Amino acid sequence: MTTTTHEAEVAAAPREEGLMNLTLKIWRQNGPRDNGRLVTFKVKDISPDMSFLEMLDVLNEQLQAEGTEPIAFDSDCREGICGMCGLMISGEAHGPEKTTTCQLHMRSFKDGETITIEPWKADPFPVIKDLVVDRGSFDRIIQAGGFISANTGAAPKAEAILVPKENADRAFVAAECIGCGACVAACPNASGMLFMGAKITHLGELPQGQPERDARVVSMVNQHDAEGFGGCTNIGECSHACPKGIPQDVISTLNKDLRTALKRGR
Amino acid sequence: MALINGLYTEGEKIADTKAPKVPVPEMWTTRKFDAMLVNPANRRKLSVIIVGTGLAGAAAGATLGEAGYRVKSFCFQDSPRRAHSIAAQGGINAAKNYKEDGDSIYRLFYDTVKGGDYRARESNVYRLAEVSANIIDQCVAQGVPFAREYGGLLDNRSFGGVQVSRTFYARGQTGQQLLIGAYQALERQIAAGTVEMYTRHEMLELIVKDGKARGIIARDLVTGEIETHVADVVVLASGGYGNVFFLSTNAMGSNVTANWRAHRKGAYFGNPCYTQIHPTCIPVSGDHQSKLTLMSESLRNDGRIWVPKNREDCDKDPRQIPEEDRDYYLERIYPSFGNLVPRDIASRQAKNVCDEGRGVGPMVGDFRRGVYLDFADAIARLGEDAVRAKYGNLFDMYARITGENPYEVPMRIYPAVHYTMGGLWVDYDLQSSIEGLYVTGEANFSDHGANRLGASALMQGLADGYFVLPNTIRDYLAKGPFEALADDDPAVAEARAAVEARTEKLLSINGERTVDSFHKELGNIMWEYCGMERTEEGLNKAIGLIRGLREEFWRNVKVLGSADTLNQSLEKAGRVADFLELGELMCIDALHRRESCGGHFRAESQTEDGEALRHDDEFLYVAAWEFTGGDGTNGEFGNMGAPVLHKEDLVYDAIELKQRSYK
Ligand SMILES: Cc1cc2nc3c(=O)[nH]c(=O)nc-3n(C[C@H](O)[C@H](O)[C@H](O)COP(=O)(O)OP(=O)(O)OC[C@H]3O[C@@H](n4cnc5c(N)ncnc54)[C@H](O)[C@@H]3O)c2cc1C
Ligand code: SF4
Ligand code: FES
Repeated sequence: MTTTTHEAEVAAAPREEGLMNLTLKIWRQNGPRDNGRLVTFKVKDISPDMSFLEMLDVLNEQLQAEGTEPIAFDSDCREGICGMCGLMISGEAHGPEKTTTCQLHMRSFKDGETITIEPWKADPFPVIKDLVVDRGSFDRIIQAGGFISANTGAAPKAEAILVPKENADRAFVAAECIGCGACVAACPNASGMLFMGAKITHLGELPQGQPERDARVVSMVNQHDAEGFGGCTNIGECSHACPKGIPQDVISTLNKDLRTALKRGR
Repeated sequence: MALINGLYTEGEKIADTKAPKVPVPEMWTTRKFDAMLVNPANRRKLSVIIVGTGLAGAAAGATLGEAGYRVKSFCFQDSPRRAHSIAAQGGINAAKNYKEDGDSIYRLFYDTVKGGDYRARESNVYRLAEVSANIIDQCVAQGVPFAREYGGLLDNRSFGGVQVSRTFYARGQTGQQLLIGAYQALERQIAAGTVEMYTRHEMLELIVKDGKARGIIARDLVTGEIETHVADVVVLASGGYGNVFFLSTNAMGSNVTANWRAHRKGAYFGNPCYTQIHPTCIPVSGDHQSKLTLMSESLRNDGRIWVPKNREDCDKDPRQIPEEDRDYYLERIYPSFGNLVPRDIASRQAKNVCDEGRGVGPMVGDFRRGVYLDFADAIARLGEDAVRAKYGNLFDMYARITGENPYEVPMRIYPAVHYTMGGLWVDYDLQSSIEGLYVTGEANFSDHGANRLGASALMQGLADGYFVLPNTIRDYLAKGPFEALADDDPAVAEARAAVEARTEKLLSINGERTVDSFHKELGNIMWEYCGMERTEEGLNKAIGLIRGLREEFWRNVKVLGSADTLNQSLEKAGRVADFLELGELMCIDALHRRESCGGHFRAESQTEDGEALRHDDEFLYVAAWEFTGGDGTNGEFGNMGAPVLHKEDLVYDAIELKQRSYK
């Protein structure tokens, strides 16, 4: 059994090998206007096979038993693909491994460790409650131009569009972005350039994406700035934190596309 | 009326599915031509609510927005891009015959009907196959990066249950790429002002006025506000209900609430017991397990499934077990399909070998619950790099979750609940038994019969969303706009009051048990008695257990916090309350269908070699269940009466009925 306690020291009981006792410092914030604070919890007998979020599930079950409101955090697929989860874990976006929070497992931690758990902290991602943030700004960047205009029914035959494998592959790598926001959370400037560059690159590598290429980049960049994301100063924390390994060169592609578009007077 | 088996009554048959009365291949053209048109100038006056932004909902939202209707779109996640469709891995079918391997619309139609064990409706399945090729065109135009060959052409792979290569894919992330395509099309319409998006909103009630679906009551999950949304037509694209089993491959939030609320208001539930249990999932690792992870079925193209011949070998290092001591049981039993038999068969055989005591991995209860999926041959034949290129992300995911390296040690897999073929009953137009309520994607029951073939749910979601619904719904919308509904209209007020009362009740019980503990217990009951193998005795027992659990839930659940902020326990509580009703209906349906078909295996109905045995003379129909309220003995909430069974006879004109064989 896993139990938690607020203040009492965890008694040293005999247990299965590999189980861990941990101290968690978790950000609690009642609502957008609350100031928020770190609250300390202890969990014990955590199995290394648990995912990080399962560890939080265990904590939440315990908190409810004690009559404390559980900690709010987002997740849905728990397979590393929907982009819904995302926590700052001891100062690192998605924690110590190159993966999403939901795919991080407790075997990446050590018995006795203290782990700090916070929400993404960036102005364009306001906190809703505890560890839950609002990433609507990402959707609005896509609305600004992160698409190819192809009305249903008007599509040409797929076999008529040839895409060299090289371009298809680069488009694919960029298209893997899951919109989690770790890049922004990790960036000292809270820049959304990696996220945006991934979309620009995905669509820009494909023949279908060419007609709107100039307009797309200008419009998306304007929206990005209006949302309060910062500029890119080539620090590289974004790419380092990205669970999908989106390479930093998508930002070069973005900048190049922007220059070209501006030169053409878009 | 007298109760049958003490559980349900039988009502009138469903006489007409509204499919045009022409041969199957001509139906869709006929229907599109006959459906009334709406003048573009009038479309702005017509409003559509779409619940769900998965493939089915996002595709429909984008398409109807482009056409100029006023669309309101809802999802409970923080962005439409996160709908559960994102998690689909393997691919999407289309009858394009790129490989010149004899594929055609008819063959895709035939394979789907056969794969569904002859429990699907011919008319709908034919249409699905017919529009499948258009889906690929549409997605490519949007920039979906499907896999390509060196020449720049699209690549295909093969999937379980068929012998042609018709599956288009984007590495192991096909669902993600297709959904991003649909999401971007939807966002484009949001920017254009044709679609209004409501994220972090949950539909909690359907508004029905004079027999017509006219809107929904939704809760803003951030502020807790209860909102009324009225429209001319309502579309549910809310996905499947596999999470009734607690553990499944579905996303944590996947639920039945939208469907169930509509069911309670009169929408028939079709074939609720048809559940797909997917053979290739990562086995359970402990009590903490919150969900199960699928390993794409495409792995069965190159991986070989086996268990030790002898029980004594089950805890040995698999690499030390010599060839002659391994039982490649699928290859042995089904020589022509081998590891590529349909999912229901692969799952049940895995269960059988584990029940025999030949499973591998840790003990779960009295048995080891796992079989090997071995890539050693593929790695020897193709090289590790080629295997990595094809399946790298899946191997990585496996390694991350289990802590084992599948390039070196065979993977361990076990079946898990994955998909629900059942769903709200719809006619050929995808309209439910409530006028003006349409249901698309996994939320409806229509295309997969008793078992779904791989790569065909994505196909169905997009077919429904891009091509079918937009054509059929206009026939209904052409009769609108309907009379405006005021906020104080009794139909609106009733629905609002119901949501408010339920929310209040959930927060006021203040019992001893958490929502999750009820959910887990329900899941155990369902898995044990309404899972891979079902018996009369077990199902009767399950119904009793579920009733007891539901009664306890409304007396003893503990939901902390308040209604006027983000409250995830409250959200879950509402969903679990609905699962506790659905579970009972699933068991009743499974009990009444005294035959085995596809994913529904009744131990009492099997051939001598243990294969599913259908009874076409008795059960060649869709079971569409009507909800009736109870007598109140169970309290005000969670109250269910005996459901009424309406049968829709299945007629096979284009395909001959056969016992399925994959030998
Ligand atoms: C792991 C996995 C892999 C799969 N792989 C494949 C594959 O390779 N090929 C294939 O063909 N199929 C696959 N499937 C099946 C397929 O992904 C699904 O059947 C399909 O995507 C369902 O799409 P949908 O649009 O019907 O619903 P979903 O994508 O589930 O979307 C449901 C939507 O409804 C919303 N919603 C639900 N309830 C409410 C409510 N009450 N209020 C507001 N919004 C609500 C949700 O927010 C969401 O937007 C896979 C499934 C899983 C689980
Ligand atoms: S670029 Fe990477 S870190 Fe940023 S949103 Fe996309 S997946 Fe997440
Ligand atoms: S929950 Fe979907 S990526 Fe983590």
